[in-house]
Amino acid sequence: MTSEEKGVTSVAHAYSATVAAGTRRGFWAVLKDWLTTVDHKKIAILYLLGGTFFFAIGGIEALLIRYQLMFPEFDAIPAQLFNELITMHGTTMIFFVAMPLVFAFMNAVVPLQIGARDVAFPFVNALGFWLFFLGGLMLNLGWFFQTVPDAGWTAYVPLSGADYGSFGVNFYVMGLQISGLGTLIGAINFIVTIVNMRAPGMTFMRMPLFTWTSFITSVLILFAFPPLTVGLVLLMFDRLFGANFFDVTQGGNVVLWQHFFWIFGHPEVYILILPAFGIISEVVSTFSGKRLFGYSSMVFATVLIGFLGFMVWAHHMFTTGMGAVANALFSVATMLIAIPTGIKVFNWIFTLWGGKIRFTAANLFAVSFIPTFVMGGVTGVMLASAPANFQFHDTYFVVAHFHYVIVGGIVMALLAGCFYWWPKMFGRMLDERLGKWTFWTFYPGFHLTFFVQHFLGLMGMPRRVYTYLDGQGWNTMNLISSIGAFLMAIGVIIFLVNVFKTAAKPADAPSDPWDGRTLEWSLPTPVPEYNFRQLPLVRGLDAWWLEKREGRTHMTPAEPPGPIHMPSPSILPLWMSVGLFIAAIGFMYAKEPFSIGFIRFLFEHYVIAAGGLALFFVCMIIRSLKDDHGYHIHPEEAEGEAAHQ
Amino acid sequence: MSDVHAHAHGGELPPEPERATLDGRNRILGFWMFMAGESVLFGSLFATFLALRHSVMGGPEPKELFSLPLVALATFILLTSSLTSVMAVQAMHRHDNRRIQLWLAVTVALGLAFLILEIYEFVHYVHEGHTFSTSAFSSAFYTLVGFHGAHVLFGIVWISLIIGQLMVKGLNVITAPKVYIVSLYWHFVDLVWVFIFTVVYLMGMMG
Repeated sequence: MTSEEKGVTSVAHAYSATVAAGTRRGFWAVLKDWLTTVDHKKIAILYLLGGTFFFAIGGIEALLIRYQLMFPEFDAIPAQLFNELITMHGTTMIFFVAMPLVFAFMNAVVPLQIGARDVAFPFVNALGFWLFFLGGLMLNLGWFFQTVPDAGWTAYVPLSGADYGSFGVNFYVMGLQISGLGTLIGAINFIVTIVNMRAPGMTFMRMPLFTWTSFITSVLILFAFPPLTVGLVLLMFDRLFGANFFDVTQGGNVVLWQHFFWIFGHPEVYILILPAFGIISEVVSTFSGKRLFGYSSMVFATVLIGFLGFMVWAHHMFTTGMGAVANALFSVATMLIAIPTGIKVFNWIFTLWGGKIRFTAANLFAVSFIPTFVMGGVTGVMLASAPANFQFHDTYFVVAHFHYVIVGGIVMALLAGCFYWWPKMFGRMLDERLGKWTFWTFYPGFHLTFFVQHFLGLMGMPRRVYTYLDGQGWNTMNLISSIGAFLMAIGVIIFLVNVFKTAAKPADAPSDPWDGRTLEWSLPTPVPEYNFRQLPLVRGLDAWWLEKREGRTHMTPAEPPGPIHMPSPSILPLWMSVGLFIAAIGFMYAKEPFSIGFIRFLFEHYVIAAGGLALFFVCMIIRSLKDDHGYHIHPEEAEGEAAHQ
Repeated sequence: MSDVHAHAHGGELPPEPERATLDGRNRILGFWMFMAGESVLFGSLFATFLALRHSVMGGPEPKELFSLPLVALATFILLTSSLTSVMAVQAMHRHDNRRIQLWLAVTVALGLAFLILEIYEFVHYVHEGHTFSTSAFSSAFYTLVGFHGAHVLFGIVWISLIIGQLMVKGLNVITAPKVYIVSLYWHFVDLVWVFIFTVVYLMGMMG
């Protein structure tokens, strides 16, 4: 051991000692720990907190929308504010709630499921989180400056363009670019982690289905986010620098935006739903006490959905006038997706079939996910039929359809995931009784809200209208829909009460409370910083279940114990994200006539923008020049110290 | 996990030092993934350009603007720099730190020459009345070619920093993947230029 290494190791000892002394640290030490963490388990919790924060905002926006639509010709909310609410609700829920919550579980679970000590790029992982979070703040900044994005979550030009869009659309353009970058690098991190860092014996066809779906989702992100970035860059150039991409008078093309948006937007649907499928597969299998039925067909279906997901974007544009041939092709391609999805649905049912089913809160959400998602899928096939689509287009039928797959699909799966993995993430079990209360308010509330919207759509109610006339037969169903929304809100509040109640309890969850099947349940709770003291030897699918059936209480180690190398924490990811945040503000307000001359000078000459970019690149250079030697943990000693507490 | 340190200080370097550690292998695979994303990014920009390239709206036509000899020279310079970056990687496989730095420096010089030609070209076009805001064609042209130019600039700064690291830290299992990856990046940037040369300039000259 060289002298330098000894130095590094002794620092590590001091560090692990402070970690072990967790509860005695002051506020600033704790704050610093969370701002600089590169531990995937902590980043998971940050994603969960960030996603929940934006969920509260998006949820309040949803309630305001439903409040305004409760009665005909109601004027609780003015039309402009309503446009802002629907834009922000959609954008927030997709990009800043569903995405981070999916990433929360990927971070918390994937490294544990494949038997890895860490992710491939812990620093990049932290950077991904901070870019997401500051992107979300950027989007919502408009509320403070009273100029909010109002062009719909799809931000179609020319409505969002240089001539007609409000200033607020800039927050959308900048916020999504920043968070999109974070999502992209997060996906690269997971692809490399899953390909390169699986434990000995963990072949691809032994990976748990949640890991498989996370893998395919990461690949989809890699190919779907760059088109969105390009679309947003073009829109930004049009709005800020006088480009003509979407300006028809200068030869631009507005349909180009729709193509970019949906080449991203449709795979995005699968980016979100595939991990949800993964969660359902884990939960259903665990609580049936059975191996997942048709594992290899599940993997095949996941890959196929991912592949087909890129072939169908133009089914959002049937009414654009692409012609009969294009419409027919995209129509057929879209219907094809029902086949692999059907495979999954039947596999879940056959997994439950003959199983010893335990209806825990997690499993209630998972089991009820299946019929709900099927309903969303059926309306999806209806929408895929191009001639019928001309009737459904831009009506509440579409709203009902995508809320069935997003709320009835993704949110139900995320709730199932919360109840299932909470003990592993936080060392505490969520209250089952309150969990069932959440289910029995949220689930009926969801169907009340969105089931009637199918019929409202078929009766001709257009989406995105801030009010409607009396006497069209829409009143009762709109009232029912709004009541359902408030019932869902009650379910969410009960869930939050559950979270706070659980946080107050001592962290005494057993390490394997559900009689689990996959590697994460073989680890002690709370999971040590280095996850696995010795990397486990994986002997087959459901690795932990196999060992338990053979009477073992631990995984068979694949290596002798030894010092474990860990990456150092870093504040740079936060500063890099702040740099981009400042740069975005600088570019947006470059032409703003500020009353204070000096501030005006700074913005007009792009000093602020350049400063933000400089901060970003300087942090990047520091990261490149300064080798991160990390530190070593000696598990025996660390555990010894912990025992003294 | 601790193999980073096993080779980092003293001792013999393995034949392919860039793949000697898990961290090195992770970085290389991660960078391939990043280039996959970048390919889609440039693919989208190419699609934009192809969709809008006839929308000159009374501004200068590509045929009037482009001067093929200049662009051919730029192409020659950039493709040569790809070769020199390969020489750097080969020198790395021979563990010849001095030669790596030399070949990387040549790559930087060629990259700078390319960039100067491109800036000259852009300034010339602006004087011809072909500005960023002239037409949808001009916006698409400057965005696509400019994105590539920005990548070249980024690469020049990046390679320079790596030359500095090789001088200070020497060649080891931490710096070797960096040399390898920056060379991959440089090939990617050159490859994009081949498409730009074809799609923007050659197709532009044919009308």
